[in-house]
Amino acid sequence: MKKLSMNDVPKFLSSVGAAMDLFVPVRMTGATNWGVWDKEREVDLQTLKSVKSPKDVFFPQCQTMYTVSKGEDGFSIDPMKLTDQPFCVFGIRSCDVRALTVMDQVFLADPVDTFYKARREQAILVSLACHRPAQTCFCSVFGIDAAQCDGADVAMWMIGEELFLEGQTEKGNEFLGQFSELLSDTDDTASVEEEKESIRSITKKLPYSSLSLEGWGAGKTDEKFDDPNWQQLSDACLACGTCTFVCPTCQCYDIKDYDTGHGIQRYRCWDSCMYSDFTLMAAANNRTTQMQRYRQRFMHKLVYFPTNNNGMYMCVGCGRCVDRCPQALNIVKVIKTMDKGREEEKA
Amino acid sequence: MSEDCLCKNPSYRQDVLIPQVGVIRKITQETPDVRSFIVTAPGGGRLFDQMPGQCAMICAPGIGEAMFSITSSPTETDYHEFSIKECGVLTSYLHGLKEGDQILVRGPYGNHFPVDDIYKGKDLLFIAGGIGLAPLRSVINYCLAKREDYGKIDILYGSRSKADLVKLEEIREVWEKAPDTKVWLTIDREDPEWDGHVGFVPSYLTEAGFSTDKTAIICGPPIMIKFCLQNLEQLGFSRDQVYTTLELRMKCGIGKCGRCNIGSKYVCKDGPVFRCDEIDQLPDEY
Repeated sequence: MKKLSMNDVPKFLSSVGAAMDLFVPVRMTGATNWGVWDKEREVDLQTLKSVKSPKDVFFPQCQTMYTVSKGEDGFSIDPMKLTDQPFCVFGIRSCDVRALTVMDQVFLADPVDTFYKARREQAILVSLACHRPAQTCFCSVFGIDAAQCDGADVAMWMIGEELFLEGQTEKGNEFLGQFSELLSDTDDTASVEEEKESIRSITKKLPYSSLSLEGWGAGKTDEKFDDPNWQQLSDACLACGTCTFVCPTCQCYDIKDYDTGHGIQRYRCWDSCMYSDFTLMAAANNRTTQMQRYRQRFMHKLVYFPTNNNGMYMCVGCGRCVDRCPQALNIVKVIKTMDKGREEEKA
Repeated sequence: MSEDCLCKNPSYRQDVLIPQVGVIRKITQETPDVRSFIVTAPGGGRLFDQMPGQCAMICAPGIGEAMFSITSSPTETDYHEFSIKECGVLTSYLHGLKEGDQILVRGPYGNHFPVDDIYKGKDLLFIAGGIGLAPLRSVINYCLAKREDYGKIDILYGSRSKADLVKLEEIREVWEKAPDTKVWLTIDREDPEWDGHVGFVPSYLTEAGFSTDKTAIICGPPIMIKFCLQNLEQLGFSRDQVYTTLELRMKCGIGKCGRCNIGSKYVCKDGPVFRCDEIDQLPDEY
């Protein structure tokens, strides 16, 4: 195991950032979001949750796929180059790493999305354990451990004035070897174990940790689709789409054109099933009410996705929608309301 | 992280979302609002191989991109044909294009009609309404090209008026003259130019009273499909004898953008062809 003094973090990031693209949580205008490291930017490893998840790094909010220009011989198509250099994502949380596994089921399924695949392959994930999980966190419901991120190349813990780093993959060990200058060896695994225990005991006591997913999952379409609660739950939905944008697993996208004046850039961008034009066709729209759109989002996450992916839910319990929905119509409310309905039915 | 433009680099591994250039070779005005476009690769020939019922994304750069069924049969190896009804921004633009103009095409997408296994040796009943003939035409011509592989073929096709019947010349010159093949045409309202059957497709279906040893394949407006299914059931057809296609908004065509999701299915990838008892497993609405 390696150790890095918090005082040396800026220097450490400088050397990583000089060698490769480095993505870090950046504090800017009062909010923390993921961005490319720059010595002028304020790296924020203290804030538990970035407003938007780091899915942007792998599945950019806006991404040009190819450019079409029209010459004398007609159209010529210039695809964008795929990411072919290693880059580092420093300080990613367990829930957001699991979210990548969720997105893998979509983007790496045949036919593979090569843009996403290239980024996944080149990424070096350095996770940061959640020193103090928030009241809105419920990752443990999905079997995610905030104290130990298995899916990361390097697992990291912030304990007092020090970062503890442990390589978990070949790629991770190579990374620690490449930037070993400021790292020192440590055998103080007791401190790390103590930190893990502390995180796990906080997690256990969180208000949403006891959330029950009974009644959801693969094959539950008939049970849930016509539940009368959808109407009342969705009544106050503003269709703002905030939930889908802050969600680390929402991956619906649109494909659009941008006319540069010299050609057409065809790009894809995040979209939201909460929007009324999401399914609009020239002939008709198959979802005409906000109830249908609202229901679609949760049925997709809690029933359809598990049906197609061996029971894996399309939610990681990061709680961002709980934090951000202006009407408090988040996934926790859906699960709790339906669960209550089920209990009442039983009684 | 930059994703620099890699102009025409041959080592580029192409993503499925990147289209190919297609050239419009021939345009036929089928009806007042339907035109058929014959498309080939710039050097001639097809852009890709497909199966009957599969679709392709057609893009007019700067205007939009949408999914269209490939109406030509896979046995037609020199080109792809698309019959497109003018009804929105992209289709209006496509209707303004001329022979020799280019479009972008990617595909083929979706599943296909089970022509090489389940349909083999069966009597087939095709039921189409309006532009719904487009996807069925690829199957019909495929079956006619391999005529000995299939039993008796019935084709029931209707449209608003005589002028709205797509591919009428081919129907009269090829389909009606094909061996062991019967064509049943109908139009919605009386027309002095028309001496054939008048009435809606679902009621003509009941009148014709087809025997239930056939496999039925329906495509048309949702309301027509709904009533045809009811009438087929009254005739004694079971749901697993009937195939149809679904249509929802699509962007990617490969089951990733999320738009055409219904239940646990994606119409672009798991469809567009569904057996009716499979549709019964999906939610009633979207």
